[in-house]
Amino acid sequence: MPLISLHDISRRYEMGSETIHALRDVTLVIEKGEYVAIMGPSGSGKSTLMNLLGCLDTPTSGRYELNGTDVSHMDDNQLADVRNREIGFVFQTFNLLPRSNALHNVELPLIYAGLGTEERRRIALDALTRVGLADRVHHKPNEMSGGQRQRVAIARALVTGPAIILADEPTGNLDSKTGSEIMDLFENLSRQGNTIIVVTHEEDVARHARRILRIRDGSIAADEKMERPGPEAAPRLSPQPV
Amino acid sequence: MNIATELREGARIALGAIRANTMRSSLATLGIVIGILTVTLMGTAITGLNRAFLRSISSLGADVLHVSKFSWFINSHAEWLRVQNRQEITLAQVNALEQQMQLARAIAPYTEFGAPIRYQKQSSRRVWIIGTTEKFLLTGNVTLAQGRFLLDTEVSGARPVCVLGSQVASNLFLRDSPLGKTVQIGTYPFGVVGVIEPQGNFLGQFSLDNQVFIPVKQMYACFNSRPYFSIQVKAASLEQLEETKEELRGLMRKIRRVSPKEEDDFTINQQENFVSTFNRVAGTIAAVGLFITGLSLFVGGIGIMNIMFVSVAERTREIGVRKAIGARRRTILIQFLMEAASICLLGGLVGVGLAYPATLLMQKFLPTTMSFTAAGIALGVALLTGLTSGFLPAWRAARMNPVDALRNE
Repeated sequence: MPLISLHDISRRYEMGSETIHALRDVTLVIEKGEYVAIMGPSGSGKSTLMNLLGCLDTPTSGRYELNGTDVSHMDDNQLADVRNREIGFVFQTFNLLPRSNALHNVELPLIYAGLGTEERRRIALDALTRVGLADRVHHKPNEMSGGQRQRVAIARALVTGPAIILADEPTGNLDSKTGSEIMDLFENLSRQGNTIIVVTHEEDVARHARRILRIRDGSIAADEKMERPGPEAAPRLSPQPV
Repeated sequence: MNIATELREGARIALGAIRANTMRSSLATLGIVIGILTVTLMGTAITGLNRAFLRSISSLGADVLHVSKFSWFINSHAEWLRVQNRQEITLAQVNALEQQMQLARAIAPYTEFGAPIRYQKQSSRRVWIIGTTEKFLLTGNVTLAQGRFLLDTEVSGARPVCVLGSQVASNLFLRDSPLGKTVQIGTYPFGVVGVIEPQGNFLGQFSLDNQVFIPVKQMYACFNSRPYFSIQVKAASLEQLEETKEELRGLMRKIRRVSPKEEDDFTINQQENFVSTFNRVAGTIAAVGLFITGLSLFVGGIGIMNIMFVSVAERTREIGVRKAIGARRRTILIQFLMEAASICLLGGLVGVGLAYPATLLMQKFLPTTMSFTAAGIALGVALLTGLTSGFLPAWRAARMNPVDALRNE
């Protein structure tokens, strides 16, 4: 059973009298443990695809099965639960809660999952250690560098042990050195068996993935699978403990 | 996530948000502070008025029935037309009643007349001369400060003696003892045998201490040959008040020869009539007063609603993130409701805190205190205002689409 299975997915938006076809009849299968990059120019529909994959949005038509469950017709609260359990988001702008320290930011999904204080502290600390921030747990986002913030965000994405890590331009707000450190982190996570989907318009970033989906005008224009693992494509500048 | 965790997390977020916007939150809650302050003060004032009233009418005695020609309260002209031709109550009727009544502990006639009073160079232009008997000591609920009350022999013998109210005594005698002295009431000399303890005033209308008590027959002789009487009947006990009233009514009908088909040509008044009339008026005043002060609380609530809309708009992105990582609608709703409720509760605490010294000031005029109950209700109202006015903004936040919320800059 594939982890992700999209069958004839379409997403249309009504803008006044106009209907915009953001996605047209997309059929796609992603297996567990894959490392996929979704590429495409702006307006191609890649954000729409990411929103659907991340269960932030539901398709106008078609069927989306995530981990064996049909999520295409779920309501708001059911989708929230699926996101909490199955999806770990990493955003371009990090999207940490500014007034909370790293630990609380990482704990947040576990709070929503209903875990007790001690258990979630333990798991959150573990996740922060995995991204190399064991010594920064009580720092607030504005006391950390961009790279560190993105690591906190990745720890937050990891913490519930989700089926997919969904990263939207994860290096977009970072300098190239920090960016490649973050990509190394994803590389290691992928090697540990996590399923990773990165949405990007940078070829450098996409080259880390084993599979590149190119979106154009709401359809998958190309589906390239690479034999060669990603890390060798870009030089590793500083190995990070993961 | 269970509700306790939701509330704890909501409170944590709310307090963080309030701390981050201290100035804005304090300004927003100012309306609540003022609203709670005015509502609390209004409540305290109403309590004070009630107590002042009850204290004031206690001179009537809860167990004393007052028989008079008219009701204390004549509510309409029609009623007046119906009762205006009633016969006077006479002293003979009082005596007849006294002989036949079984359940009464004491029966006293009561008639009053305004007259000047003088002692040497000191004088009062007008005091209330009360013609009564020694029984008034029981029915009128008076206690003596000096000397004694009228004796039965003085009453039956119509002796020229009097008992002074405390104000009359201090006006005429300053610091000297009035006992044994002779005062001039109108043109007649009266020997002072006693002085009554201060009683205060009746509903702020007239002083109960500006009275002088004389034997009832002296009233005929000196001041008024045809006085209007009322009768004070003290029941054997408060529990037997109703039976006493029934007996009294029957006897009065018999004594005044009211035929069975006619209605009473007298009225039995009691403290209870005053209380119920007062309660009706006071209830209206309280309702109107609380409504008007409640309006300020309403305005405060609108301020909170406004600030909560701002807070939600400002944190659209945060809402998006929270939803993306698994916050349900209820979680977001509770988060913002807690914020609104906390702001209002803080405002309520400040309002109650300010109301307390203000009620201390009020105590100089009214017998009142701010009760814990009132403070508790005020805080409850503040909380409710927060929840009500925060609901719409919180609902908007809870229903936000995560995709749009995340896209918000």
